[in-house]
Amino acid sequence: MDNAKKFDATEFKQPRKVGKIVLTVILSIVSVIYVSPIFIVLFNSFKVKTAISEELFMLPTSETFVGFENYIRGMVSGNYPFYKAVLISLFITVVTVFVILICTAMCAWYITRVNSILCKIIYYFCIFSMIVPFQMVMFTLSKTANDLSLNTPWGIVIIYLGFGAGLAIFMFTGFVKSIPLEIEESASIDGAGPLRVFFGIVLPIMKPTFISVGILETMWIWNDYLLPYLVLDKNEYRTIPIQIQYLNGSYGQSDTGAIMALVVVSIIPIIIFYFSCQKHIIKGIVSGAVKG
Amino acid sequence: MTKMKKWYFLIFVLPTLAAFAIGFIYPFFQGIYLSFCKFITTSNATFVGFNNYVTALQDDSFKYAFWFTVMFVVVSVILINVLAFAIAYVLTLGIKGSNVFRTVFFMPNLIGGIVLGFIWQQIFDGILKYYGTSIVLNETFGFWGLVILMCWQQAGYMMIIYIAGFQSIPNHLYEAAKIDGATKSKILTKITIPMMAPSITICTFLTLTNSFKLFDQNLALTNGAPIDFSTGVAIKKTQMLALDIYNTFYANNNYRGVGQAKAVIFFIVVAGIALIQLYFTRKREVQQ
Repeated sequence: MDNAKKFDATEFKQPRKVGKIVLTVILSIVSVIYVSPIFIVLFNSFKVKTAISEELFMLPTSETFVGFENYIRGMVSGNYPFYKAVLISLFITVVTVFVILICTAMCAWYITRVNSILCKIIYYFCIFSMIVPFQMVMFTLSKTANDLSLNTPWGIVIIYLGFGAGLAIFMFTGFVKSIPLEIEESASIDGAGPLRVFFGIVLPIMKPTFISVGILETMWIWNDYLLPYLVLDKNEYRTIPIQIQYLNGSYGQSDTGAIMALVVVSIIPIIIFYFSCQKHIIKGIVSGAVKG
Repeated sequence: MTKMKKWYFLIFVLPTLAAFAIGFIYPFFQGIYLSFCKFITTSNATFVGFNNYVTALQDDSFKYAFWFTVMFVVVSVILINVLAFAIAYVLTLGIKGSNVFRTVFFMPNLIGGIVLGFIWQQIFDGILKYYGTSIVLNETFGFWGLVILMCWQQAGYMMIIYIAGFQSIPNHLYEAAKIDGATKSKILTKITIPMMAPSITICTFLTLTNSFKLFDQNLALTNGAPIDFSTGVAIKKTQMLALDIYNTFYANNNYRGVGQAKAVIFFIVVAGIALIQLYFTRKREVQQ
């Protein structure tokens, strides 16, 4: 067995020590270049506007450093203060992901277990919806949402549930098929109704898929631009991407300092999210990619 | 479980089904119908047959956007996959700090297209300023700017999938190869790359559809600029298909039918790519 242990995959690919050091150095340099755009935005968010347009790549000096002035100006002033956009983005993302997870998991379990003709039709429509690009339904969807008065943060949850159901149902049904029927049957013989069986037995087993789907949907909704832009009533409700594009769109006169600050504010939640569930994110991506 | 009472359908399926009808089924079929109509709002649509499709296919802006998109897709699919494959290969060699590098390369993927577009617009303009130009003034810079942005965003995502692929190659293949005296380059070309074929297929199609459907980054980085008026029709030189469809809808009320027809054509192409992908994936499953 000791001999067998020597045959390790990494050993074959393993370069010599010098090679390893060279590779580490190269990777370190590439990594620094790779993250530099984020740091450029970070230090420019503390600079006065004129200094940003003159010397983007210079660190702030005592003359150009303005502290949190850009942040304060961007967050609370203007005709649409940014804190509102942050709150609306947070609200939409949290509520939508929660609703999508519960509703599509229930739907996926029911259509897998009952498997009638109607259920099969729903399933294939969901698969089909995954390949339809948003531009195809862009105009008619925003019109429908407007007609049904779904142009609010609450209403857009329904739109997201409808348009995002495909991937979630696909991933959930894939998992439900792998759960042995016996577990559920023994529970229902003991007198548990479908709701008890689902929430008491199926839901806990589905936890890994819940996390994967949740992460994919969170990343999509937090960063989504066009759907909320077309659906929401823009005078009242703007998400972070909508507000950044709105401010940047007024080319030339835009307040670059404030936008830099807003970009930093919008990236912070994502980075916290990433570091708090890095392992799950990577698992989620791999399972999502293999199935999609 | 088939004994489940009928009314449970109302609790389990109806909420999702209703939302799905509002958010997908109805808009989709209405969209197909409207692509054969002339309309400004959905209530005053008049049927015009295939006129919109004829106009769309003769539209210079659409044709330009199509070829621009194809060029962009080819370049970015190759660059992203080569880059991601190489990084994933190096990161599975067992170098110290692999996890830190992986985090760094993945990070840009979490940032949305609009924000990415803004960041890179600032950086490109910050550099191009010294040469007296800007990303919105030169289509070549616009094209490569989009490619760089796309690589920066997508390489980390694909790297994760490639790393998972590398880690799933069973050790005994390497053991057997070593016993047979295979060289390192033989191991790479005869074992690693063939065993990585499923990951390569997945990543190729993911990058293909992502690049083809690109919208946010295109809008935020250049918004199609510069505009060429020399042929008599205004052609946005860095405008991709999704942005062209969007502008057809919302820049001029009278061309909404044409915009919807373009959207249907766009959908057919995307669906075609997806079917080809399905074919390749199925074929591989049979072989295994």
